[in-house]
Parts: sequence; C-alpha cells; structure tokens
Amino acid sequence: MKHAIKHAKTATQNACKLCNPLGACLAFRGIENCVPFLHGSQGCATYIRRYLISHYKEPIDIASSNFHEESAVFGGSHNLKIGLKNVSKQYSPEVIGIATTCLSETIGDDVPMIIREYKQEFKNGSPMPIMIHASTPSYMGSHIDGFHAAVRATVKTLAEKGARENLINIFPNMVSPADIRYLKEILEDLRQPYMLLPDYSQTMDGGPWGEYHRIPPGGTPASAIAMAGRASASIEFGSTLEASKSAAGYLEEAFGVPRYHSALPIGIKESDKFFTLLESLTHKERPEKYNDERRRLIDAYADGHKYLFEQRVIIYGEEDLVVGMTALLTEIGITPVLCASGGKSGLLKKSIKELIPDMEELGIKVREGVDFVDIEEEAKLLKPDFLIGNSKGYTMSRKNNIPLIRLGFPIHDRFGGQRMHHLGYRGTQELFDRLVNTVIEQRQNASSIGYTYM
Amino acid sequence: MEQITILEGRENHLFEKKTGAVQPDISCDTSSLSGSVSQRACVFCGSRVVLYPVADAIHLVHGPIGCAAYTWDIRGAVSSGPELHRLSFSTDLQEMDVIYGGEKKLYHSLIELIEQYKPKAAFIYSTCIVGLIGDDIEAVCRKVANETGIPVLPVHSEGFKGTKKDGYKAACHALMKLIGTGDTDGISKYSINILGEFNLAGEAWIIRKYYEKMGIEVVSTLTGDGRIDAVKRAHGASLNVVQCSGSMTWLAKEMEEKYGIPYIRVSYFGIEDMSKSLYDVAKEFPERPEIMEAAKQIVSEEVKQLYPSLQKFKKALTGKKAAIYVGGAFKTFSLIKALRSIGMSVVLAGSQTGNKDDYARLKEMCDEGTIIVDDSNPVELSKFILEKEADLLIGGVKERPIAFKLGVGFCDHNHERKIPLAGFVGMYNFALEVYQSVMSPVWQFAPRKGVKR
Repeated sequence: MKHAIKHAKTATQNACKLCNPLGACLAFRGIENCVPFLHGSQGCATYIRRYLISHYKEPIDIASSNFHEESAVFGGSHNLKIGLKNVSKQYSPEVIGIATTCLSETIGDDVPMIIREYKQEFKNGSPMPIMIHASTPSYMGSHIDGFHAAVRATVKTLAEKGARENLINIFPNMVSPADIRYLKEILEDLRQPYMLLPDYSQTMDGGPWGEYHRIPPGGTPASAIAMAGRASASIEFGSTLEASKSAAGYLEEAFGVPRYHSALPIGIKESDKFFTLLESLTHKERPEKYNDERRRLIDAYADGHKYLFEQRVIIYGEEDLVVGMTALLTEIGITPVLCASGGKSGLLKKSIKELIPDMEELGIKVREGVDFVDIEEEAKLLKPDFLIGNSKGYTMSRKNNIPLIRLGFPIHDRFGGQRMHHLGYRGTQELFDRLVNTVIEQRQNASSIGYTYM
Repeated sequence: MEQITILEGRENHLFEKKTGAVQPDISCDTSSLSGSVSQRACVFCGSRVVLYPVADAIHLVHGPIGCAAYTWDIRGAVSSGPELHRLSFSTDLQEMDVIYGGEKKLYHSLIELIEQYKPKAAFIYSTCIVGLIGDDIEAVCRKVANETGIPVLPVHSEGFKGTKKDGYKAACHALMKLIGTGDTDGISKYSINILGEFNLAGEAWIIRKYYEKMGIEVVSTLTGDGRIDAVKRAHGASLNVVQCSGSMTWLAKEMEEKYGIPYIRVSYFGIEDMSKSLYDVAKEFPERPEIMEAAKQIVSEEVKQLYPSLQKFKKALTGKKAAIYVGGAFKTFSLIKALRSIGMSVVLAGSQTGNKDDYARLKEMCDEGTIIVDDSNPVELSKFILEKEADLLIGGVKERPIAFKLGVGFCDHNHERKIPLAGFVGMYNFALEVYQSVMSPVWQFAPRKGVKR
C-alpha cells in the first residue's frame, strides 16, 4: 500500500474543537428568560447539555425539535413548530434561541420562513416569544463560530434604531462567568451604562434554588439588547473575529455604532489598552482600585519573574484565547513555542503577529486547524516545559509527562472552571500566580531535599 | 411555588401509584416529544455506549466533529490492555464533503488509522448527516476490510432514525457479524457470556471473578473490557447472562435463535439481585451441583463481610426518600431493592427507555404514592423531587445539577462513574456514596430547608 504514514492525517483524532451548535447554546444562555433550542436530532441537545454541565455544574435545558425519519425526508417544519409550541408552553420564555444543526441545514429547512409561519398560525395564542435564529451547521467552523453567530443573530433580531444614548455595548467573546462579572464590575465602577452580551455570569454560575426555575435568573434582557443600535460604541474582544461575522460589525454597518475591536485583554499591555479605550469612550478615569490591581500585578511580575523567564510552553484552545494568552506569555518572558487551535479562521498567525511583531525571532510557531494528536506530535519535538489550555490536553500531558495548566473551556477534570478569571489585571494576576506556582511545584517535587521554602 | 404543569402529550408517560384506582398502561417506547427537554440522547448515542468499551478496535465516527468530540473518553469503561476506545476519531466532515460526499474521506481515514493503530477491527458509526448525503458506507467498509484483512463494521446509527434503543440494536447487529467467526475449541461446557456489562470502574472484573470462582468459564464480556477475538468466539458459550436488558436483550435473542444459546436476565446491583444473579446462573447447570455450592459459598462469605458494614449507613439513612431516574428500567428495580436494604424509600422511579412490562413491574414494586415516569425531563423531575421531598436523586450527569440546585443529595449511576457499584463490594460503595451525599451538612444551607437569603 502506498499510504506510508506516521500519523493518520485525514481523520481528526482527539479534536481540539467542538461543534458549532454548542457555542450557540451557550450564547443564548446569556439572554434573560431565553431557552436555547436546537433544530435537529435529540442527541445534539443532550450531548451539548452534558458537555456544558460538566464544566459549569449548572442545569442547562436545551430543547430539541427531535427529528424523525419523516422530518428528515419531508422537512423539519412540523417538528420545529410543535417544538416551539411546547417550549413556549412549558417554559414561558421571553426569547427562544433557535440554532440549526448539520441535519436541518443539510435538508435545507428554511428556518426564518418556518418561524414566520409559526407566528401566523399561533398569533392568537399566549404572548409570542421573540425568536432568534442562528445558522450553525456543524460541518462549518467550530463552537466559537456558533457562539458568534448566535450573538450576531441576537443583535440583528433585537437591536433598534433611535437617538444615540450614552451606552456602550460590550461583546466579551466566550469567556468565563467570572470574567463577565469582572467586566460588569468595571463598567459599573465607571458608572457607565452598558449592554453586555451574552451575560451568562449568573445563568451558568448561579446560586441554589428554593424552588424550581424553568429558566434560571440572569442574562441580558431583550429590552436592553434592543438599545444596542443606539449605543455610542461597541467594544468587541476577539482578534480573529471579523466584522462580517460579529455583532459589533453588524451594529456598525446597520446603525453606525463604531466598533472598537481588540484582542482579549489578557496581560498588562492588552489590559492597559482596554482601560485606556474605556477612559476615552467614557471620558472618565478608571477608579483607583484598578490602578491598585495593576500595581500589585507589576509587583507580582517582579517577584515571580525568575521562575518564568525563558520557559517554553504550548498554548492551545480557541484562537482568540490563544492570541490573548500569547500576549501575556511574551510580556513575562515565556515563549509559546507553539500556538495551536482546532479553529481555522485563517487569521490566527496574523493576529499574533499584530501583537508580537517579532514572533518569528522569539521562536513562536502558529498552527491552526489541528487536533490533539498533531499537538502531541509537536510536543514530542518541542519538549515544552508545560502545556496551557483546557482539560482535553490532559491525555497528552500525562503521556508525555508535561504539566498542564488548565484554563478556558472545558475544564472537566478540575473544580471551579466557571469561576476562573482570565481577563484584565485581575485575571492576569490569577493566571500569573498559577504559572509561577506550577513551576515552583515542579521544582519542589523534583528536589530530593524537600524544601518548605521555595 | 410556581405551579408546574405537565406538557400535553406527556400525561400518559407518568402516573402516581394509587391502589384501587384504574390506571392505564404507561405510554413508553415512543420517541421524545418535540420541544420537550428529554434526558435521552439519540440512535448514535445508543450504539456508541454499547460498543465503546471494545478496547482493541477503532471507533470512527463518520460525520461532523460534534458527535465524536462529545463522546471522547467520556465513560468509566476500563480496559486491562489496549485502550483504543479512549481515543476519538472523526471524519470531521466539512461543507464540501457534505456536497460531494464523504466516502473518499472515510476510506482514507480508515486506511490511515488502521495502519497507524493496527486495530483488530474497526467500527464505523454513521451520523445524521451521512443518512442524508447517502454515502455508501457498506461499500467502503467492504473495500477496506478486503484491503486490510480486519473486520470493518458499519454501524447504522444515524441520530434521527429512531431512539437510543434503535442504536443499541444497530450496535448489536455489528456485534452479531463478529460472533461466530472465531474458534470455539476448548470452551468448557460450563461457560457463559456476560452481556450488557460495560466494565465501568472495573465492574466486569468483579463479576467475572465471582463466576470464575464458581467454576464457570467466561468466554466473553459484551462489551466491558471487550476484545474482538473474544467477541468472535462468544457463540461457544453455553449461556448468555444479560445485564442492562435494554441494550443487549436483542443480541441474546439473536444468539438464541442462531446458535441455540439460552439467556437469562440478571442485575448486579444490590445484595439481593447480585446473589440472585449467581444462583440463577448456577441453576442453569444443574448437572454440576458444585457450581451452586460455590455460589452459596460466595454469597455467604460476601454478605457476612458486607452486612455489618452497611449498618452504619442504614441507621443514618432510615426514613430518607429517594428519586431514581436512570437509563434502563431493569436498573431501577435493583436500585429500589438496594435502597430499601439501607432503610430508604423510593418516591419517584423512572427510566429513559423502559417498556410496558418494565413499568408494570415497577408499579408492582413501588410503594403507594410513588411517581413512575418514562422519558422524563428536568421540569418534571424537579417538580416531583420537591413535591415528594426527596433527599436523594440517582441519575447521570444531566440530572446531577438538578439535584444540587435544589439542595438534594445525588448518586451518579451512569456511564461516567469512576467507582464500581456492581457486585457486593459495589453495594458497599453505593451505600457509602448515598450516605456521604445525603448526610452531608452542606444541605443545611439549601433554601428548601427554609434558610432564606
């Protein structure tokens, strides 16, 4: 046979990405009183719920139109309508976030038309929920594309025209509930009215329930999203997120709301840029509290720098997270010898180069569209000091005896992933402490003496 | 509290046991209602869970990435040797493949993976989209089997073509193609196959040891710690012992028809059912009374050791109430008995895939006032947990956060668990886990205990 290969390249092995609808479900979860709804087979909803629950430790109900063979042959319109009716009845949602799957996309269901028909057929019923439709075929892109598609579709459905308001839109990207809370705190400290979308800080990381909630409290209200078209500016995190695919891009195009687009603010330099941008947009100075956070962080950089200088790491995950982390790593003297992602925007390398123009001299290699077997192969050659990314790198970490620092999504083998900070001075501080502690722990364990001082 | 209503179309899937009242048969074995948040998965999921533990085969998911990504290393099914089952392989179909077909990609993926991993066989799972674009998977599998010399088995598990049960059947169908192709020389007359035992946290090893102690040869375990060669010679066994009846009864019936192997249904959960599963097997070999003697010996020794250790738990848990919602109904029966043996009553009992007979039996077993549900959803489960003031929920990953949100203890009885709950030692682990969750002091802060704020 002529296929002489070392490692099978055609199949994806141990994927470093998830499918499109997962991201959409998470984003829809950040709208108040909204039920995510997948137009496809029952399994998609169930698998995605399971996957999200294992990270967030929160109930997450995702409805499904539950295709049968007849729906696949004759179209899913009937099932979708019954599904919408049942969800409306059982959950009384204000919003239903409908995402498609590979199945409904392939048979070519015209979801917007089905929704219009549904509204006609049931117009005399109880209050009609707002219906948002995001096209999320699993055979295109990955979970992060579904996330952005849902955020954009939400704004497209809800944002209205009107007189400019003193309002800033924040589109934070797929960050942790803790990160969202931090961003809200900053805006509130600045006394700046804002519209942050999606806000799953409470729905995916909330308190206990005395009684059953069909939909957990929290999320951005539809009425607030309606105001997005009247905002004075949008701030959107995501280096590889193009305007044509983003919510802020739509608002700029449709309503002339200026889009300020940047990397995830991780590390001092990127956080500084974010705060400076906020100051210029709000004409207010940041509260002293944030300068204190920054000063403590610089102090920590000094205290810990020797542990980290010239450490070599592999960072993997969603492309934007990889870019943000690369900015942090290079400013503290760590070299990301490989920046890898299962995503495939075609913009990863360019985005990193924008932040780190001398990336080649530093020895930073970038690969997109890879799986964990590709990354492991690289790890064997590059021999990094540690790996940085989500839980799914544990297999290669264990096999090759390279420590793993967990961040991002999913964290399935540690506790508290939903409460982990990544953004701003606070998030950077947390990440920095963990990086230093990983090195200290390594050295302590490797030492034959057993120092209690390190 | 907000009144929670049951969806139209769902009323017939649940009832409260009332003696004297005329209660219609529960409606089950149907596909889930559109728009209801079912706890079930799909056909693919059914196939995947059954075949997953086969450790020396490649499991290639033909479709877009999701189906493979969400099932990567998600089960506690352990292997004593190769671990190919813990890898995730997908053809990761892209838009162009959907338009022009994925056969070529499937072919190349298979050839390369087989060359890299040298598996004993390959299972190819078709997902929703493959059922639509019309890839001829059978043809590709035949071609690759011819070229590589290993069995390459298509599993027709398109997600929308039925329920999880149809997926079980598709998996069993693939297994049937292997069974009968191996050499059965030297297999003892006193031999069994263990069906429907997936070796979660090493459970199949525990069970196997009991049977072997009784002087019985275990030809193959389907599919826990599974090996292709063992599956191939499964037709050499004298008896099929079927646990997890939902997934494997079909295979047992097929084997009975084709190879004349009788089968019995058993459960390894709880003292009563575990003991019975040893006795029932022994009864099938009456010509050898030593087997029954050995079974009695095992039960007596194990129970003598186990019983005293359960008393602490029983003392603490007596009077506490449990809700059970698991995949198969057969497991529910065992759990009711196991819970009773540690002093607990059951206020809700349900399954994702039970049939009419199962629910009739459940009704017979349950106490007055117990809610019995088929294919339930979070809204219903929460409603009854609160109304019936349950102290514990037994379920899987998707049910866990419901329990914890409501301030109720939880025992994970699903595929992900890392602690064996089968066998006598499993009963101890089960009681310990229930005890540790129900009796934890953290629930004092739960709002349902009246602490407001």
